[in-house]
Amino acid sequence: MFKKFQPSSDISGQTPPKSSVQRSIRAAVLSQWKIEPETLEAIWPKKEGLIHVKCREHISIYTVHNEPLFFQHFDGPLYPTLRLLHKYPYILPKVGVDRGAIRFLLAGAHMMCPGFTSKGGYLPPADAALPVGALVAVHAEGKEHAVAIGITKLSTEEIKKVNKGVGVEIATHLGDDLWAIQSL
Amino acid sequence: MSSSDQQPQDPQPVQPVQVFYCQVCTFPVEYCEFGSSLTRCKEWLAEAHPTVYEKFYSDEALQSKIGTLSLEAQAKLEKDTAKKEAKAEAKADAALKKKMASQVLIKRIERNKRKHVTAIHGLEAFDIDLKKAAKFLAQKFATGASVTKNAQGQDEVVVQGDVADEVLEIIEKAGSGNVLKGVPVANCEIVEEKKKKGAEGA
Ligand SMILES: [Zn+2]
Repeated sequence: MFKKFQPSSDISGQTPPKSSVQRSIRAAVLSQWKIEPETLEAIWPKKEGLIHVKCREHISIYTVHNEPLFFQHFDGPLYPTLRLLHKYPYILPKVGVDRGAIRFLLAGAHMMCPGFTSKGGYLPPADAALPVGALVAVHAEGKEHAVAIGITKLSTEEIKKVNKGVGVEIATHLGDDLWAIQSL
Repeated sequence: MSSSDQQPQDPQPVQPVQVFYCQVCTFPVEYCEFGSSLTRCKEWLAEAHPTVYEKFYSDEALQSKIGTLSLEAQAKLEKDTAKKEAKAEAKADAALKKKMASQVLIKRIERNKRKHVTAIHGLEAFDIDLKKAAKFLAQKFATGASVTKNAQGQDEVVVQGDVADEVLEIIEKAGSGNVLKGVPVANCEIVEEKKKKGAEGA
């Protein structure tokens, strides 16, 4: 999503959303992430305004105190930024790719099923399976911190079964142009 | 701070994880090996945080991190990293050269007999925020200043009045915190632009 993204030319404006809109965004975040209201309150205090940064191709980045916290494509799910996920790693369920997949991921590729099903990969067990369209923290073999954030294109059980094609679409990864933006 | 005796225990926010980021490539240090500046990352880490360096780059650590990757794949990865690094360095070099060769023109443009404007061209090559520069100069000279496209469609900072010499002086003396910092005076030149046909106003 953030390939060749340049703040100077790809951002069209910054506006604070109406407070009713902010309330619904807060509710959406609480329902889409596994985060406690008080922790979200610490990240984004109710009395601090959220800023909506409008970008090219219907991408929205939301900031508090100039720090990007989450983003969205059209009115799709709200992805945390990777830096925010690093601080609160438990807010999204984890999947993992093997070491061989890391460099493809960092080059901007979506993640193919075999990267998750090989020996170095990781998928949740059947009783914690994730459906299609779940936001996931993408971890990497032998690494502590997440390398990317994506959304499942197949349920995790299907990824195991089908084992080919794209399993997780990557929205943001370490070193992409959103990573480069530390404040807006 | 104890707040528990006051209220029936409000739920406390979870404390954020402090991730140790590399000062060179900005990645968590465990990912430096996938960046394009591994050599510099390692130098920095060995110097600034020797114990962390040990953790990631001792022989044992290098052995174990290969994980399930085959030796050939690991060798390929290392070759790739080296290539990427060389490429990034060449690119940075070229960018720096280009930067050092680019010119800043401070144009004294005659409006009519007594009136001038000063257009400053080429500041963006030195990573100057043009809008901020315009605002700063407007304040400095208590005049109007804006970012305007010239006839070639390039952005310039246009200041009302003849302030070319003063601008040059500001650039020369600009210290840290000044929006015009980082522009080498040697690259600046004042030029006169006499009124001629087609010289359109901003
Ligand atoms: Zn590094």
